[in-house]
Amino acid sequence: MPEKAPILEVQDLNVHYGGIHAIKGLSFDVREGEIVSLIGANGAGKTSTLRAISGIIPYTGTIKLLGRPLTGLQPHEIVKLGVAHSPEGRGVFPNLTVLENLEMGAYIRRDREGIRRDLEHCFELFPRLKERISQKAGTLSGGEQQMLAISRALMTKPSLLMLDEPSLGLAPLVVAQIFEIIKKVNKEGMTILLVEQNARMALEISHRAYVVETGKITLSGAGSTLLHDRRVIESYLGA
Amino acid sequence: MSEEILEFTQHLINGIALGSIYALIALGYTMVYGILQLINFAHSEVYMIGAFATYYGARWFGLLDRPGISTFVLLLVFAMICCAALGVLIERLAYRPLRNAPRLNALITAIGVSLFLQYTGQIVFGADPKVFPTLIEDAALASFHGVSIRSFDVAIFGVTLFFMIALSYLIQGTKIGKAMRAVSANRTVASLMGIDANRVITFTFVVGSALAAVGAVLVGMKYPKIDPLMGTLFGLKAFVAAVLGGIGNLPGAVVGGLIMGLCEEMVVGYISSTYRDAFAFSILILILFFRPAGLLGKATQEKV
Repeated sequence: MPEKAPILEVQDLNVHYGGIHAIKGLSFDVREGEIVSLIGANGAGKTSTLRAISGIIPYTGTIKLLGRPLTGLQPHEIVKLGVAHSPEGRGVFPNLTVLENLEMGAYIRRDREGIRRDLEHCFELFPRLKERISQKAGTLSGGEQQMLAISRALMTKPSLLMLDEPSLGLAPLVVAQIFEIIKKVNKEGMTILLVEQNARMALEISHRAYVVETGKITLSGAGSTLLHDRRVIESYLGA
Repeated sequence: MSEEILEFTQHLINGIALGSIYALIALGYTMVYGILQLINFAHSEVYMIGAFATYYGARWFGLLDRPGISTFVLLLVFAMICCAALGVLIERLAYRPLRNAPRLNALITAIGVSLFLQYTGQIVFGADPKVFPTLIEDAALASFHGVSIRSFDVAIFGVTLFFMIALSYLIQGTKIGKAMRAVSANRTVASLMGIDANRVITFTFVVGSALAAVGAVLVGMKYPKIDPLMGTLFGLKAFVAAVLGGIGNLPGAVVGGLIMGLCEEMVVGYISSTYRDAFAFSILILILFFRPAGLLGKATQEKV
């Protein structure tokens, strides 16, 4: 299979929190059209990795988007270059309506026509959001907030969509629904970097995955391979 | 109509006029608090500078003895520009370097900036009170059984109403207003939408400070004696109004301001003007006791 162009390249990423060395030399890449997952336990450094890519926390090492180094850029500048980040815990603006949240996703864009089209697309993906369009986001259920967070990230029209724990705190049925949409968005051409504790769900939809343990990558491979890897099964999938 | 009702109506008009000015200043406190969780104590000095900008502006532009609508509008805009610039300067020099420092540091800095401006004002403008220029004639527009509606009251009420509607449209209906609400809800996530939080914060200071200038011009008209310490007590009372309504809550600031103005006027009218300030702060103590989050504020639990 010919290798597609890398969208995101992370090389020797290190993150320190005070005296704690949270991420120790992480290297991975995400290629065009892929879903790549980072799986691992709570506190392994998955969320920190995404936060470093978005420029929220300081790091050493190189992070490149489409060959362009992101080092030293502010979060709002990185978004403009094409990285969308749906944060852990969803982070919807509770005091804004569903529509206003989506408009904030399109904050950096000027193409009215394109924004309108993408808005329609989000409502096709998540019809529930259309029903709640003028409701304050804080009044939505957890699942609806997650749908909103993903849609809002899509509204930035990114080259890379990063999703942090989309399954967090949601009922299995809702999780399945959201993962279906993630797969669909990917089929439509979106490159996705997914961070998940729910390893089974993540591996099932991922082209490739990396296992992160205490700030290092301990295993990597195709999603379907890791799904049957003895070590992954023992540590992350249960019997 | 009986004497009592007439008197009460007059106090009511005065109270609403005063209250709407408190509301304008309170909005500045509450906007900055909403976005930075900082009580900008220097806001009362921005208000003071608004009065002096008008005072000197009237001299520079040769508008001292030419009261009229155009004089009023010109000097109002001039004061708003001066205050907006000062607000931006304070934010850049004093608060931005402390953006990631503990909140208490910024609070102490705010008090420092406030004192700095008070005393700089005394050096530059002199400590003696100055007479605020006449911007419009205070004519009785209508008289109704002895209750007079004067042009000052109409100006105060009309101008505050105009700016409150404008602000409400700005916050609810425009892109930058929505960005302000987004940043106040979650600065980090707002930055993930491509919103430059620093620009939004600067804009917040521009708007809040310009409103303080409007308040200063209106107060100057009604109580035409200005001095470099005029912001201290007035600003503090506007801050109490913001807390009364629920700090961080914009409609709360308006409600709080009106309640403060009405209460103060009624105390002056029916009890004694000696107690007007004591009354304002008694209100503060009572709210903090019974409704710490303010009338329209939401109770939040501090995480320990």
